[in-house]
Amino acid sequence: MMEVVKVGMADLNVATSPQKIRTSGLGSCVGVVIYDETTNICGMAHVMLPNSSLGKAELINKAKYADTALDVLLEKLLKMGVNQALLKAKLAGGSQMFKFSSTSEMMRIGPRNVEAVKEKLKELRIRIVAEDVGGTSGRTIEFDPLTSKLSIRTVSQGVSEI
Amino acid sequence: MYFINRIQPYHLDILKEVGNIGAGHAATALSKLLNKTIDMKVPAVRVVSFEEITELVGGSDNVVAAIFLRIEGEAPGNMFFMLPVNEATNLIRYLTGDQQFDLNSPPFQELGLSALQEVGNILAGSYLSAFSDLTKLNLQPSVPALSVDMAIAILSYGLLELSQVGDYAIVIETEILEKVDVYSQKTSGHFFLLPDPDSYEIIFRALGVSIDDGSC
Repeated sequence: MMEVVKVGMADLNVATSPQKIRTSGLGSCVGVVIYDETTNICGMAHVMLPNSSLGKAELINKAKYADTALDVLLEKLLKMGVNQALLKAKLAGGSQMFKFSSTSEMMRIGPRNVEAVKEKLKELRIRIVAEDVGGTSGRTIEFDPLTSKLSIRTVSQGVSEI
Repeated sequence: MYFINRIQPYHLDILKEVGNIGAGHAATALSKLLNKTIDMKVPAVRVVSFEEITELVGGSDNVVAAIFLRIEGEAPGNMFFMLPVNEATNLIRYLTGDQQFDLNSPPFQELGLSALQEVGNILAGSYLSAFSDLTKLNLQPSVPALSVDMAIAILSYGLLELSQVGDYAIVIETEILEKVDVYSQKTSGHFFLLPDPDSYEIIFRALGVSIDDGSC
């Protein structure tokens, strides 16, 4: 049975083929897929903020921040038996939904999320093979671990694949 | 401890009244602008998880036209007026007389977008001034920004401030309805008011309510 694993906002999950994994409505958030082609295992995180030091709550949701989400995701993937050296990543999102002439740093959160995700992937030595980031549109993404294709749907440009 | 964890039912009732008054003024403004009878539904005030917010905006892939204003002043926050794309198209056609305008097929005429932004400005402005009168807080709306996109991608923007303190938001939501005939109404839009985390205490204090009353 073809099953689609859903990843919510500030959430993460893993999937193996024939499952697919999907997250909807990425705006300034970044969807990160980490996968191992040899085992058809993949994981996805829907990152909302760049850095957990921004968090003011006592108990943080690690899936929310770029610097903590990818650690958790990697740990989950390793438990499932991926080969760390073979891991690759694809990412999408980080747009600026509103063109605002505001001075608020929050308004630039999309690009900051992208930077933070890239930095973290570099630290984890996971190579980024494709990305579709920036712009001003929301994205819904779905990854198929069998083909390693990430399909990206936007309201104005339809569906594309990376 | 962060306020959202201490929220009591009567706090929500107070926020409901704030939404009620704000949206009432907005509905009146829209009625005058369109020369039609515009009703509104009593606001729903809920403490919802980020996951539930997706459902609140009509599912994860629902496309809307949204006007976003940043509230500046003593109790900062974010405000959205969202309406279905076809409703927004009709509204723009009515206001500009341009029957070719269609939000389903970009690129868009600047004039049409500008008209929609102005509607958002008027509605949000009247909502906010009622809110400001009630609380005696100094609040100003920013210039409106417009986006036609997935509702949740848009709304998540307004959740960023809140997301720094937790995974829940207090959403003050009002439905604006257009009276079609005696029996039926159609939805003309939704207001979402999302105060910044620190603004709740300020709002309640301004209304003379302590946040620690009756807390357990």
